[in-house]
Amino acid sequence: MISVDPFSRLSKIQGYINTIIEDFDNMEIINEEPEVIIPVVYGGKYGPDLDKVAKHCGLSIEEVIKKHSNEDYLVYFIGFSIGFPYLGGMSSSLATPRLETPRTSVPKGSIAIAGSQTGIYPLSSPGGWNLIGQTPSHIFNVDNTKKSMLKMGDLIRFKSINAEEFEDRLL
Amino acid sequence: MSITVLKPGLQSTIQDLGRYNYSHFGISASGAADPLSLQIGNMLIGNKKYASAIEMTIIGGEFQFNVECYIAISGSEFDAALDNNVITNHKAIIVSKGQTLSVGQTKTGARVYLCVQGGINVDSYLSSKSTHILSGIGGHFGRPIIKGDVLTFGKNENSGIPKLINNILDMNTSILRINNGLQSNHFNNNTWNDFTSNSFLVSNLSNRMGIRLDGNKINSTIDNEIITEGVPLGAIQVPKSGDPIISFVEHQTTGGYPKIANVIMADLYKVGQLKPGDKIKFDLVTIEEAEELRFEQLAFINNLEKND
Repeated sequence: MISVDPFSRLSKIQGYINTIIEDFDNMEIINEEPEVIIPVVYGGKYGPDLDKVAKHCGLSIEEVIKKHSNEDYLVYFIGFSIGFPYLGGMSSSLATPRLETPRTSVPKGSIAIAGSQTGIYPLSSPGGWNLIGQTPSHIFNVDNTKKSMLKMGDLIRFKSINAEEFEDRLL
Repeated sequence: MSITVLKPGLQSTIQDLGRYNYSHFGISASGAADPLSLQIGNMLIGNKKYASAIEMTIIGGEFQFNVECYIAISGSEFDAALDNNVITNHKAIIVSKGQTLSVGQTKTGARVYLCVQGGINVDSYLSSKSTHILSGIGGHFGRPIIKGDVLTFGKNENSGIPKLINNILDMNTSILRINNGLQSNHFNNNTWNDFTSNSFLVSNLSNRMGIRLDGNKINSTIDNEIITEGVPLGAIQVPKSGDPIISFVEHQTTGGYPKIANVIMADLYKVGQLKPGDKIKFDLVTIEEAEELRFEQLAFINNLEKND
């Protein structure tokens, strides 16, 4: 999406916009950035909905963790709210409908599933996704957005850690 | 150089003209809901037109001045008094140290701006002082102001000399002009006919994120949901319920509801003056007409700035 406040005539910039669109067709996507590893402690108080997701999907908790951490995910974009990464690539066998009643507060760093998507809550906020784990990493840097961990086009992978490592990394 | 908040009002925030170019972090621009009124208020007291001010909604607040300065109130007409003397909009007013400004209920639209000499001084976040309530960023600690807050003034970057402005801003919000939205063809002719000939009521669930409309259900003939894509300011989204939502200054940057239309840029300030219960109609215009109207509006503001 391109937002334009027409300080100059739309007809004048139309040509420029068309060039950008044509360039998309000829574009070769080269991703030289290393894969971003996101440590996650799954289940327990860090992921209170993990049991529910396992039950819904007819899998054991270990299988859910394995399937979730055994994929490469592509950051499609950062939206709809501040710093929230939309991730593509979750195994369809993990799809779980969102909560009927959203939580008024989801902890920062929560890893969650809604429908066929998985995401990370970059900051504490209300939310209706199923919480399966939590990362000690700071996904979004409010003070310096350029130093944020993720941007559009990044490849990421989740790595299962234990609660002790989580608490260590929080320090 | 400061004021103390004695009463915050229903929802009062620090706003300037917004925080652009951060959609790729999921941050919409925010900024004054009625940017024209903000600019006029600033120009009245010789501020830069983009200086930050206090935006009040439906019920205003009460403020004690700790310094002598010029102020101006602009936007919709609210009950307003300095100590016990009634004051009017769109005039530079000198306030003495220790005086109290009380802004009461609106008599017309949803929002009024309190502009002070030098603007309200808060830290800039991503090059703007605007509060984004939903993201909890900008303004005064990323939130609406509360009782006891002390707000300081900035340095005067401009003349600081008050000027008279013959304000002829059209505040009639009953008709909003629109362009086709990205999914306008998801709606058939009958639906479009209903959409542009019937009135809508502004719901009391409306806020700076979106204006929810009632009273005239609109149904998409194709898909109720689309693949998530960018949502522009002023997009009229139609969720499953059929009650349209106008995405506003604190909108989500992406969404999956079809967008039947988009309020034209020249009429967005009117959206900022809509309050629950207001009746509105939509009028479809071409992109060329929308562009012309926006140019006229920019010329109107530039002329106000030039004329002394």
